[in-house]
Parts: sequence; structure tokens; C-alpha cells
Amino acid sequence: MGADAAGSGAPIERPEGRYLHGVPDADLKVVGKPWRKIDARARVTGQTRFADDLFAPRMAYCKLLRSTQAHARIVRIDASAAEAMEGVYAVLLGKDLPITFGILPVSQDEHTLCIDKVRFVGDPVAAVAAVDEDTAWEACRKIVVEYEALPLVTDVFTAAATDPEAPHEHRIHDYGRLGNFHRQENLEFGDLAQGFGESDLVREDFFFFEGNTHLPMEEHATLATFDPDGKLCVQSSTQTPHYLHRALAKVLAEHVPAHKIRVIACPNGGGFGGKSDPFSHEIAVAMLSIRTGRPVKVTLTREEVFYTHRGRHPVLMRSRIGVSRSGRIKALDFETHLDGGAYGSYGTASTFYTGALQCVTYHVENYWFRGARYFTNKAPCGPKRGHGTPQPRFALEVQMDKLAVELGLDPVRIRKDNLVPANSLTANWMRVGTMALGRCIDQVVAGSGFLDRWQKLPHGKGVGLACSSYLSGAGLPIYWNAMPHSGVQLKLDRSGLVTVFCGSTDIGQGSNSILAYVVGEVLGLDPQDLRIVTSDTDLTPVDLGSYSSRVTLMTGNAALQAAERARDLIAPHVADKLGVPRNRIGFAKGRVFDVSDPDQGMPFADAVQLAESKLGTIGTTGSYRPPKSPARYKGGGVGPSANYSFTAAVVEVDVDPETGIYTVPRIFVAHDIGRSINPCLVMGQVEGSVYMGLGEAMMEEMSYRSDRFGVHKIPSMLDYKSPTTMEMPELITWLVGDPDPNGPFGAKEAGQGPLLPIMPAVANAVFDAVGVRVDEVPITPEKVFEGIERARKGKEPRVGPTKTPHVDWPEARKVRTPWQGGTGLEVEREQEELAAARANGGASRERRGD
Amino acid sequence: MLRLPKFSYHRPASGAEAVRIVAAHGGEARYVAGGTDLYPNMKRRVQRPGHVVALSRCQDLRGMRGEARSGVTIGAMTTLSAIEHDPRLRAEYPGFVHAASVVSTPLLRNMGTIGGNLLLDTRCNYYDQSHEWRESIDFCKKCDGSTCWVAPSSPRCWAVQSSDTVPLLCAIDASVTLLGADGERRVPLRALYRDDGIDFVQKRHEELLTALHLPATNGWRASYRKLRRRGSFDFPVLGVGACLSMDGDRVAELDVRIGGAGSWPIPAQKTVEMLRGAVLRFDDAASDELIRAAAQEAYKPTRAMDNTDLDAHWRKKMAPVFVARAIRDCLPGAPPRRDVLG
Amino acid sequence: MSPREAPDRRKTLGEFRVNGERREVAYEPHRTLLEVLREDLDLTGTKHGCELGECGACTVLVDGVPVLSCLTLAQEVEGCAIETIEGMADKGELHPLQDFFAELGASQCGYCSSGFMLASKALLAQNPSPSRDEIRVALSGNLCRCTGYVKIYEAVELAAKKLRGEPCEPSRECTHGR
Repeated sequence: MGADAAGSGAPIERPEGRYLHGVPDADLKVVGKPWRKIDARARVTGQTRFADDLFAPRMAYCKLLRSTQAHARIVRIDASAAEAMEGVYAVLLGKDLPITFGILPVSQDEHTLCIDKVRFVGDPVAAVAAVDEDTAWEACRKIVVEYEALPLVTDVFTAAATDPEAPHEHRIHDYGRLGNFHRQENLEFGDLAQGFGESDLVREDFFFFEGNTHLPMEEHATLATFDPDGKLCVQSSTQTPHYLHRALAKVLAEHVPAHKIRVIACPNGGGFGGKSDPFSHEIAVAMLSIRTGRPVKVTLTREEVFYTHRGRHPVLMRSRIGVSRSGRIKALDFETHLDGGAYGSYGTASTFYTGALQCVTYHVENYWFRGARYFTNKAPCGPKRGHGTPQPRFALEVQMDKLAVELGLDPVRIRKDNLVPANSLTANWMRVGTMALGRCIDQVVAGSGFLDRWQKLPHGKGVGLACSSYLSGAGLPIYWNAMPHSGVQLKLDRSGLVTVFCGSTDIGQGSNSILAYVVGEVLGLDPQDLRIVTSDTDLTPVDLGSYSSRVTLMTGNAALQAAERARDLIAPHVADKLGVPRNRIGFAKGRVFDVSDPDQGMPFADAVQLAESKLGTIGTTGSYRPPKSPARYKGGGVGPSANYSFTAAVVEVDVDPETGIYTVPRIFVAHDIGRSINPCLVMGQVEGSVYMGLGEAMMEEMSYRSDRFGVHKIPSMLDYKSPTTMEMPELITWLVGDPDPNGPFGAKEAGQGPLLPIMPAVANAVFDAVGVRVDEVPITPEKVFEGIERARKGKEPRVGPTKTPHVDWPEARKVRTPWQGGTGLEVEREQEELAAARANGGASRERRGD
Repeated sequence: MLRLPKFSYHRPASGAEAVRIVAAHGGEARYVAGGTDLYPNMKRRVQRPGHVVALSRCQDLRGMRGEARSGVTIGAMTTLSAIEHDPRLRAEYPGFVHAASVVSTPLLRNMGTIGGNLLLDTRCNYYDQSHEWRESIDFCKKCDGSTCWVAPSSPRCWAVQSSDTVPLLCAIDASVTLLGADGERRVPLRALYRDDGIDFVQKRHEELLTALHLPATNGWRASYRKLRRRGSFDFPVLGVGACLSMDGDRVAELDVRIGGAGSWPIPAQKTVEMLRGAVLRFDDAASDELIRAAAQEAYKPTRAMDNTDLDAHWRKKMAPVFVARAIRDCLPGAPPRRDVLG
Repeated sequence: MSPREAPDRRKTLGEFRVNGERREVAYEPHRTLLEVLREDLDLTGTKHGCELGECGACTVLVDGVPVLSCLTLAQEVEGCAIETIEGMADKGELHPLQDFFAELGASQCGYCSSGFMLASKALLAQNPSPSRDEIRVALSGNLCRCTGYVKIYEAVELAAKKLRGEPCEPSRECTHGR
């Protein structure tokens, strides 16, 4: 854009400037205030246009025919009867789109429509465009598909036992490791033998976290329009328009080049990670629009949303932990088994995430992580709020509770004694910056009266404590590149309007508003007066998407840089005009003025005109890329972040010992947010996270019938249980923390972290209430009852798994910890690097992880 | 979006006219009251009537009359919300009102009627599924297929009685009026239902349920205990209705019906027999023990299967607990019910 | 019409009273109110999340009573007063419920909001001073996946206060935490 004076050369990892974390609250005019969201009015008047609210002239409706078999070869497919129907415009089959796609470069394993085999009930097989939805549905019923069944795999034990010598088609995919293993990872940090040797107490526990799904209120929808001039526009309920753009460009390469594809992410009616992959239905309508020359819309049914899934992985875990008599963690040997479903999706990242954040809450001296992901004939799993970390967090926090009881410590003490220090490196080379978990714990413990009630309440009533941490955005993009993760452009108009262009996608969390608050703060404008243009690949610079809690931090930093550059363009000209030094120019309340004499100044619009008359059209850009991570080993790319949020929660339960039915009267939660850009929006994120965590803790689960052809047992809003108003407890929330240097104005994430402690806190509270350990999520009344019955019969009052599948793990990649003098690289690469450094005179070459 | 299939929509002005239309079209026709049961089933293509006969204009199916001393008659088209909020019913039939008020959600109770609730289709999570889903299991015995996937070797269908009001209304011995092509008949609810997931009502296809008759309130007390996952939306996966009349401290009459755990409201016969004539007091350890022991007999007849929410074995184990609680609720001195769970 | 005669399955002309306006629509007799509102009247503020009565997103008011438009046949409500979210603001001025849903972020993604606000409006018409538990029960047929309902309760309570003419400032606990 025009006169981007500060254009090149500036570091994009951390915008420098006065408006960072160091500014005291009192000096902020916009940041830190509970503003309305800039689009709140549209959302409460029904004027927000979600994808299914779009209608176009001549629009055709699309329906997908989905597999009725869980694992089968497609022997024959005949669509002639459907094609011959009146009102049917086009029928698309797998062979029409032979190029594969997938969110990660390492797992390009999806076809838009299955070609020769189907991998789960619900796998898309054909797509029809017709005059209306009824006709499209009828046409799907007329497509004949003949299947030949293949062996069904619906759990990790069966997947692990797949005969490596069996015909290749018995494998669900023919990539990945042998059989139905997708990934096997083995990472060792420090000296485990020594760590366990020094331990006074070693516990081994098994845990299981059942899969669950996002259940956004909005069913996914997409409208594709292929223009007469050969350009394709895809408007979709997606959290990641940029990644969808890449997938469309790849699959449709023969039909339309990347630069002629425009993706617009509509406002999402809830995402939670479930709209982060490129999906078959999005690509199918694009192709149908090319075929028919009409706009084509698809809206999934709720059942199809269950098949689209990409939700929480079911994870079976084994955790062996060694502690000193005083409860200090000496060694942790953690093993995860992820039931991935039928496709790769984000699964490689998910696998690493099940091992990434264990050391970010508590200091672990020596850490061993092994994780395996399996393919099974179920809807593909992927990222759901907390992506891969709630499962191990559940295990670790319940195990901490068990350790406390066994050592005669209290759950507060053992956690506080182990807290990871601020500004430190963990055993697996995660860099922790500001860290207020101790204060979070103090708040919820004092606020709930935890220590006066734990182990002291009458039978049936209990309290449980748990903690967590989460990343404010993934340190690496999904495909390797050196470009910014977030870009912002500002256009300054003579009218005084500032338009903010950014590729980010508002999924309800308020990310559009964050851009307005940041730019409004720097330029002294009312955030409601700004124009925010987002999530349109034709108009806006790339932002990688609304996932991994990255948006506020990354777009916020990019917007900050763009706004500071705009200020720096304008200020000198106003200073010259006022005849004051440039460093005395301030921006506030829609004016630009002399800070020593605020009456001397001009309206912002005049300042823009002044600058424009000197410089030409005024525009700036801002970019952001997270800081380089010290975790340089292979696999170290998952987990690093510019900063981490922390949360502590106390949950109360009221258990009916006669039935196992329990209610949750109150939850206390404290979240280390750094500094809130808008505390009211942060509160909303915390409350929503607690709600979703409670649903996972109590009732939500993806269930399949392995003995009935692998069908999803309950693909409906009624039978997939999402808590209603009747289940939501009273919630007492504290926002704590100090501004973090890496966050815009000191902000950290809020959308995922507060979900994590809820499940283990419920489990710990149930134990406190009735002495039953449910080492599984969800913690259903049947399981609580079973534990109570076991206790009555003199058996161990525990419900949960007792084993993990056998895995021939690959050899461990050994990494020395920071306190062993490591470099963040694997030991063998350290030596290679040392040798290379010696050879070319000391210059070491940095390499990024996987 | 899930949509309804095409059908012809009839809107007769009286029950008699509605009966004539259904009689004329036979199995092709279905009555619709609130639509909260039929329309989801039609969207899922488990019901495919070519003719839908709406009762919304039939004024003769509306209204309430009578009084508690002699019994109250409620028109079949009365919504569950109207029952829930009727001050007289709340005062005189609190057990029934409670059962009506825990049906699904307030929105569905604004639409759903008592007639519809009494004739609610049996439910099963192999049946309450879309056409596409059911194709994956090659359909089931209740619709388009031949196997009952709940118990494939069984010759019958195991779909579940899922109305909240039915167990209680059977326990209090309510009755209904059925209007047929050749006139009306009054049928006790206890005789209306059959233990079969498909043929669960003993009435002719064109017979129209026009009214519910609540018996006179002459000292009996009734209670409904519902087991479900959430405090709203969910159908009962166990629902116990109990009705008790005392003669001083002695049980004069008792009836207990178990819903949500079989294809019909199962009578807890043994429990009733064990407690007949027993001395029972509220908040009394000996009475509680007596009730608990008798309620244990409800375990055996409960037919919880793996076709609803929550584990079938646990649901069966909960039957005695819920039966005991429902009976205790009916003892003089027991507090009124306000809970929505258990 | 004799009992055997079948009503037409083709489009018929109907007249609806939506948000105080009379609207004529030609529609097929098997269409639900949801379909007619969204697809024939362009009132897309009414949402759908399941079309089976399992989520509450499609709630509208019919003669002031909240019902599910996905299970209501359009024919059944011809002549009734239908209110959708588009009719809630008065000449551009937000209804107090809308105002507080906006103010507190009780509308995050906003997809369930129209259903919640209409169900709340019906509640406040019946009960101007509902307790938290009464709000909870009245809204128990509407699912929200974003908010955890907390801000929704608070917005309804503040709107009730405003409608009663009482002071109605959000508490600091609500917007900033404790």
C-alpha cells in the first residue's frame, strides 16, 4: 500500500513501540474496557449473515451421498438414474476430483469424494446439484453404490493388532507406520532412570478420555459461485479461509488457478475447532459450481456435522510418575494412544500435543513422552478446544490428586510446590514467560474455602482442584514457511475513517473487535468508528485462522504494528504544523494534539488529510510471526508459543450415593490472562470454556456401535448430550495476571485454557465426595455408581482402563534438558551441529522442528 | 436442512370429521396434534403418511371440565404447558402436573399435547434415525427392515415406551375416550398399551383419542420419578409412576408402573403385592426398609435394553431405587416434588 | 370436501402476519414456518441447528408463545401474530434484551441468540421479575454452546430491570470478574 514508510526490515516477531505491555492500565483509553463487540448489533438483530443465510439467483442446492459402510471397497457406482432426474443439474463422483487434500502437508489423505474405498459411515461418495434440496436428496437415493466389506477397526487395540502382513487394503490407509498406526513418536528429555531412581514414590496410572465433538449450533454450510469471468468465490462457515484456499487451489488445480479463487469465511455460528479443516462439501460445491455455471450451496444436516467431526480424540493413557517424599516431580513417563478415526486431519499435531504441555504447569525434571495415533473406521478426529492437551491434562491432574492423598499432602500444596517458574525453560524446551498460576490457585482456593472443605464435607459432597496451561497460538504454521502468521493492512481515508483489513475469522469470540480495540487505542479512535474487513482472501492479508488461541495475540500484534506505523506517518506532519517536537504528538478522542498543550491539535481526519497531502495515499501494514522456539528437536514444533495462559479451578459436586447421579452446584475459576484487551469478552471465553469442559466431564461422548457395522450411535442434538441451562452451575470467575511482554498490550489467550481443568476437577471432587476414582471421561453416573458398588463389595473403588495396546516404539529421540546443558536439539544432532560448526568456523545453523 | 416429505394436509373442524378422513384413507393417513413427535419422524422418514390430518381446528378436542371430587376430563388437544400451568390441576393433581412438566422442553410443551403424549411413538436409537443412518444397518424391524438390532435373535421389537405421563396416569387409573367410525368407547389406560415396540396401542387405526379422564381425588397421592441425563430435553430412560391410598398407616391401594424401560408401562406387580396392607410412615426407617425390599422386586420385570441413553444394566439397577422413591413420595407428610432429575 | 378427497399438494397462497406486517406467500403445504420465514420471506434471523426440535435455535413467537418453527407447519399459523428476531427492535431501537445481549456478550457467535431472546421476551411478558431459577427453566429448551449461559442470565435479569424501570448497570463482577 501507498506510503508504507516503515515497510521492510522491521522485525516481525515483536513489534516495538510504546503501546506494549508496559503501559499502565490508567493510560489506556480503549484496552481493558468492557466494550461491546463492534458487530454486536448485527448479532442481536438477526442481521449477521451466516453461510446458510446466503441465497443467490439461480442457486442450486447440493446434497452429498455418504457411505453406509464403515470400511469397504467401492465395487461399482452408477449415478445414471440420478443424472436423468428432472431438476438435477450435475452429479459428481470421486473420479472427477482425483487430487487428494488434507490440512497437514504430511497427511494429504482425503479425496473430495471417495474413489475406490470408504473408511467410515458418513464418508462422502457422491455429490448432487439440483433445483432444490428435496430433489438433490431424492437423487442421492437413486445413486447405486455396490460395496465389498473390508475388516472393521473401531478401537486402538484392534488397530494395534492389525497384521502387518495382511493385504494392504485391510489397512485403512497405506501410509503412516505399519498396520493401522498413523504415527508413533518417542521423545526423551533428561535421564529417566536417574529421575525414577531419585524418587521416593512412583505411581503408575491408566486413564481414558473418550472422544467428543464441537457441536457448534450452526451446521456447516458453503456457497460456491463460479463467475462467468472464470473466478471462483467460496463463502463458507470456516475458521481457516487461508487453508481452505490452499486446499481448493490444490484439488481444483486443473480447473481454476489459486489467484482466481476467493474464499470468504462467513461469521461462524460456533466453531470450537470443528470448522478448521478444509472439507469435502466445500470442495464439492466449488466443483459443482464450475460444472453447472450456477451458484451452488450445501448445508449439512446435524447428522452430517457429526460425520464431519474433527473433534476430540479418544485417548488412552498410561502415566508413570516419580516424586520425592515432599511431592517434587522427579520423572514423568507418559504414554498416549490416540484413536484418530478414518483420516489424518490435524492428527500428527494432535499426537504431539498430547505430550507437549505436561511440563508447562509443573516443573518436571525428566520427561519421557511416547504417543501413537491409530486409524480406525470412525469419523475423523482433529482439533477441538484444547487440541490434544485436555486428555493428558485430565490424567496428570487426577494423578497429582492421587499423589497428594498418598503422600499425605494437600492438593494445593503439591501443586504450588511444583509450579514451573516464570521466565524459564521446561524439560522439553518450552519457554515459559509470565506465569501467574500460583495466584490463580490462591484465588480459587480462598474463594471456595477449599482447604476448609476438602476431606471434611459429609459423604456425597466434595470439592476438587485442578490446574492447566494453554498456548496463545501455535509457534509454527501448519505448512512450513517463513512468512508472517498474521497480516494487517490499514487504509486511512480523508474522512477520518480507518479501515482495518485482516484475514482473521470471527467465530463468535470477537476477533473482529480485537482489531478495532488495538487500532483504536493506538490512533485514539472510538473502536465502533473503525471499519473492519476480515476473512476474505481477495481483500485481506493472510491470517492463518481462528485456531490454537492464536488470533488475539497474533492479529493483535500485527494490528499494533500497522497502527503504530500509521501514527508514525501522521505525527511528524502534525508536529510540523503545530510547531512542536514530534515526540509531543498524542492521539486520543479522535484528535491529534500536543500532549503538553492538548488544546493545540486537530481532528484525526484533518491530520490524515495533512499527511496525505505530503505523502500521497496513506496505508500501512503490520505483520506478526511468533518468536523462534528454543525447542529445535524434531517434534519440538508443537507446543511452543509466544506466551501461555494458566487456569485453576475448584469444582463442587453433590453425589447421590444411591444412584451415582451427581450435580455441580458451583465452579470457581481463575484465569491468568496477562492483561485483558476486553475483560467482558475474556469473561465470556472463560465461562464458555468452563461450560464446554463441564459437558465433556459429565456427559459428552462420541459413541459408535462396533458390533453394528460401526455406525455412530447417536448423531443428533438430542442424544449427543450437551449441557442445558439446568446443568450449568453458578460460576465464580477471577481474571488475574500481569501484562505479558509478548502479547499485544500484555494479553494472553482465554478461549481454550479454562476448559482444561474442569474435567479433572470434577473427577477429583467426585473422589472427595464418595471415595471413587473415575479415571475416565466422561464421568457418568453409571461409572460413579459402579465405583460405589465396588467399594461396597470391598474391591478397589476405581473405574477406568487397566492397559494400553502393545506398541513396538521407534527408538527414542533423546534430548538433553536445559539443566543438563542441552541445546534444544536431539543429542545426535547436537554432535552433528558441533562438527559442522567446527568445520565452518563456529557459525551454527538454526533449524526448525517438524 | 432436514425437510418434511410431501403430503396432503387435512384440517377438519371436528373429531368426527377427522375420524372419517382417516377411515377413508386407512393406513396412508395419520393424525397430527402438536406435531412434535410425528414431524421429526416424518423428517427421518420413519413415518411416511400421504395424508396428515390436523386436529388443531377441532374445538371439541379442547378444554377441561369436571372437578376433582368426581374426576376431571381434559381434551386431547390441551397442550402440556396448559396442564403445567393450570392452577386447579396444580393444586389437585400435582403428581400428574409434575409428570407433564418434565416432558422435554418448555418450547415443546407449548406445542405438544396430552393426547399426543399418550400416543407418543415408542423410541429406540436404532429407529429414531435418518433414512441414511438406517440404511447403514439395513433398517430394523420397526421400520423397513426385519431384524430388531436391540436383540437380533428376538422375534419382537424392543422400542421403548417413552411418554412421561403414561406411567403416572396408568398408576392413578386414568382413562381415555376413543372415537371411532362407529362411535365412542372409554378405555382405561391400563388396558390401552401392549408390550410390543411396534403395536404398542390397542386401538384401531382410525380411532381418535379425544379426551383424558382423571379419576376423582379421593385421598390417593401420586408421584413420577424420571431418570434422564439432563434436566431438560431428554426422554425418560426410566420413569416410575406410583399411586398410593392409605387407610390410616396402612397401605390401602398401591399401583406402580415402570416406563422408559420396556415397550409398555410395566406393572410392578410383586412390589405392589408385598406392600399391600403394610404399615408405612414417612421418614421412618422401618417403613423405608419395607419399601426398599418391596421395590427390589421391580428389578426383574424391568426390561432396560441397550437402545436408549445411559447404560442398560445401570438403568435396570435404578428401577428399584426409583420405585422406592416414588412410593415414598406418596406417603402422607412427604414434601412436594420440585426436582427435574431422579 | 369429502373425506376421500385430497387437498392440493401444490403451492397455495397464504397470508402471514410477521412482525406486524402482512405478507403474502405462495408456498407448498408441507413447508414449515422455518422454511417459509427463511426461504420465502428472507427472514434469515431465525436459525436452525437440527430441524428436529432438539436445539431451540428456530424459536419464534406465535401469538406471544415461544414455539419451534422447525416443527410448526406454516399453514397452522396463517393469521397468527408471528414475531421473529427481525421484529424485536422498534424502529431501529434495540429491545432491552437485545441491548443487554449486545452489552454483555451474551451473544457470542449469535447463532442461538434469536431463539434465546424470543424465549426470554415471552418469559418477561408473563413474569416481569423472574428469579434466576425461573429464567433457567424458561430457557431450558434453548441450547447455547458459546456462553455457558452465564451472560445470558445476566442479560435477561438486566433487561427485566430496565423494563421495570429500575437501575440496570452491569455489575463489575459480570464484566471484569471478581
